[in-house]
Amino acid sequence: MTTKTHSTKAKASMKSPLTFLWVIGVLAVIAVPFTTPSIQLLFNFAMAKGLAVLGVTVLLRAGQVSFGHALYFGIAAYAGAFLMASMPAADFFVVLIVGVAGAVLAGLFVGLFVVRYRGIFFGMLNLAFSMIFWSILEKFYHYTGGADGIRFARPTVLGQVLTHGQFEMMLYYSVVVLMVVLGWFTQRWFASPIGQLFQTIKTNETRLEYLGISPRRALLSGYLLSAALCGVGGVMMGMAQGVVTPEYVWWVRSAEMVFIAVLGGAGSVHGAFLGALIYEVVRTYASVYAGDIWQMILGGFLLIIILFAPGGLIGILESLFRRGSGKEGARK
Amino acid sequence: MSDVLLETRNLVIKFGGVTAADNVSLKIHAGRNLAIIGPNGAGKTTFLNICTGWLKPSNGQVLFEGQDVTPLPPRKIVDRGVARAFQIPQLFTEHTALENLLISVSARDKLRNPLMDMHRIPERDEMLHLLDMVGCADVADTLVVELSEGQRKLIDIAVALALKPRLLLMDEPTSGVASSEKHSIMEILIGALKEANVTSVFVEHDMGIVENYADEVAVWNSGNVQLRGSPAEILEHPDVIRDVIGEVV
Amino acid sequence: MNLAIFLLALFDGVAYAALVFIVALGLTLIFGVMRILNVAHGSLYAIGAYATVSLTGYFLALGFAPVFAFPLMIVSAVLVGILIGGPLEYFLLRRIYDKSEVLQLLVTFAVFMILEDVQRLVWGTRPYFESSALQVLGNVSVFGVTYTAYQLILLPLIAVVLLLGMRFFLRHTITGKLITATTEDREAAQSIGVDADKVFLFTFVIGAVLAGLGGALASPTTSILPGMGADMIVLSFAVVATAGLGQIEGAALTALMIGLGRSFAVYLYPEISVLVPYLIMVLVLLVRPEGLFGSPAARKI
Repeated sequence: MTTKTHSTKAKASMKSPLTFLWVIGVLAVIAVPFTTPSIQLLFNFAMAKGLAVLGVTVLLRAGQVSFGHALYFGIAAYAGAFLMASMPAADFFVVLIVGVAGAVLAGLFVGLFVVRYRGIFFGMLNLAFSMIFWSILEKFYHYTGGADGIRFARPTVLGQVLTHGQFEMMLYYSVVVLMVVLGWFTQRWFASPIGQLFQTIKTNETRLEYLGISPRRALLSGYLLSAALCGVGGVMMGMAQGVVTPEYVWWVRSAEMVFIAVLGGAGSVHGAFLGALIYEVVRTYASVYAGDIWQMILGGFLLIIILFAPGGLIGILESLFRRGSGKEGARK
Repeated sequence: MSDVLLETRNLVIKFGGVTAADNVSLKIHAGRNLAIIGPNGAGKTTFLNICTGWLKPSNGQVLFEGQDVTPLPPRKIVDRGVARAFQIPQLFTEHTALENLLISVSARDKLRNPLMDMHRIPERDEMLHLLDMVGCADVADTLVVELSEGQRKLIDIAVALALKPRLLLMDEPTSGVASSEKHSIMEILIGALKEANVTSVFVEHDMGIVENYADEVAVWNSGNVQLRGSPAEILEHPDVIRDVIGEVV
Repeated sequence: MNLAIFLLALFDGVAYAALVFIVALGLTLIFGVMRILNVAHGSLYAIGAYATVSLTGYFLALGFAPVFAFPLMIVSAVLVGILIGGPLEYFLLRRIYDKSEVLQLLVTFAVFMILEDVQRLVWGTRPYFESSALQVLGNVSVFGVTYTAYQLILLPLIAVVLLLGMRFFLRHTITGKLITATTEDREAAQSIGVDADKVFLFTFVIGAVLAGLGGALASPTTSILPGMGADMIVLSFAVVATAGLGQIEGAALTALMIGLGRSFAVYLYPEISVLVPYLIMVLVLLVRPEGLFGSPAARKI
């Protein structure tokens, strides 16, 4: 997606202003429940969604796009909901872990199949799997509640029974911590040998094979990470909304994730969250006026970004910084 | 006679009506660099593709150190100690020269440090040394797409060498390199191979290179080995002068 | 399962396969020539159906005979191809032929998102039903099973004619040969004076017409409602992928296989009937990753 023409050195010089902005952003997000509680829930949704978008972003780093990653978003949320339905005393963290484990397991199952493909097939087969799961959710309503879905009761947290307000607060800061920790981890993973091998899928699988590495296994490693991230986002979203419905795995949801990932900056960790936040805010206020043409607006924007700003929001920020420190750029 | 490193027995492969490998039986001995020469379309690259598992022969076997590796995919053959450099360099185009080597060495070590920053792995110095050895130390931090064709060829070979193979197959290592530099590059390469105790097989069109750097020469024609011998014998042979050298020069 | 149910399942399957094939034919033709998977193909199908229903409703209200529904189907399909397919290729896809496959996929996906809302804006969210064409042709009776002639005879007939017509067109006409030549080697074709831009535009319009025609022909047999485009693109992709991308004859056989599989499941295991096409696809691709009739592409190194 992004064309990396700048060298590593230029990338390193770009890092500092972005990291600085990221810290400011996280601090602002931490302050939200005290400064502007009215948007607390909105930010909560945005960050949960951002975690799922991060999953899609991981795949973009290998040059692959999945049109069905809402599958893992939904599977994790449903796994959590099923657990709470059968074990009402289940703790918040147990629900989170079980949900994510469900997503990873599904990711392994689907992943072993889809990593045999790239490009069109990879994108469309993921879509097909998400639609299969969607129709299962709709058809087997005795177990899944059909289109009405399953309600999330409020779980205990480390054995404590929380009030509604306390729970919301706990949920909010949990998602902030998850965003920071998983964002850090993902960036670390990108820079690590295993993450680097994964990203070579984008440029040269022949060489990868001739390094003694199975391209499929390399792709699977990132696929599992992406499923896990989507899973975390799904459980957190389910908890925040208090209900999980088949809409969680509907293709529109997957499309939204791809959209946000491309909007934020294809392949950028910060972009995933920045994109999700902006998207969620705009959607909340704009959908009142443009609910009927929301997808149309998204589609139009997607075209504009792809054709005119392939680096997304982060790409635009980077080029602003580069212009700001013009001398350094000129030296190169 | 030294040990047989790689052996092929009766390899056959056909593409459409063309027989690209016609009953090829060949032994490659440890420590003796073998040059493969022959006209275009004689099946030289196909031979390398079969030896590394990229193409599967319809008949015949490939043995590495006495073990049958014919059914294995390339990556498994690489694991046993066979590395490959390509006619068109196969590099990770969004990475720098050094990063290409770091990725290679990470793969060699089967991800010993899976979550460490790749730029901090302990093998970094070894890779910088390798880059230096192939004369590319000054472009370590340049994206490989920005390098010259000759530099990319050398990085491609270095990526293969980073795997510490016992056998290195190279497809025209000096094509794309300015002719004034060919000999100095081969000098470096052969030295590096000797130092690392790697045997090499290289496809080559430049007879000057073959004469100076090969211990043995195999002449390919119509999908099979037509002649084999020392460089001196082969390059004097009238058939070779007529069929191969005549065409190239 | 008695004979009557068996026949019903068989007829359902054949009728359904015919419709899916017509849509898949357009998808696989575009892919075969342009190497683009047009996700918006599903929307063109839906719009073809909506347009037919609206036009038919309008003309019947003016007092035209129900038989006019048939030419109106063709009119709708052609309108879809020319008014939507043409501009889409000319103004958008033309800019991205040199881009990566994933990027092309994103672009057609964006178009798909836009067109889904266009349908909602124009036709709303309520279901439409308009079956004049179905009634005009009446029913036929086979071994005591009564079925509509439209689905049992007309749809399969059109599918077969399109299959044979496409084969003939690509192999025996000048334009068809130009298309095939451009597919095989674009640069070589251009060097002998083929206008590749025109070939692509023409191919895309034909493909879009086929999508619209699929929708038009489907309209009397089903209710037209939002979301039908999304279902169809995934289903026709399943057909095309199972057959092998770009395989025309293969797509016909696969459509039949998937259509029959689905319709028999409706009678035997109704819960999983929606899943059958995908199960078939996954099973086939597990064994043959390049599809039933595709050939694996070896990369040159």
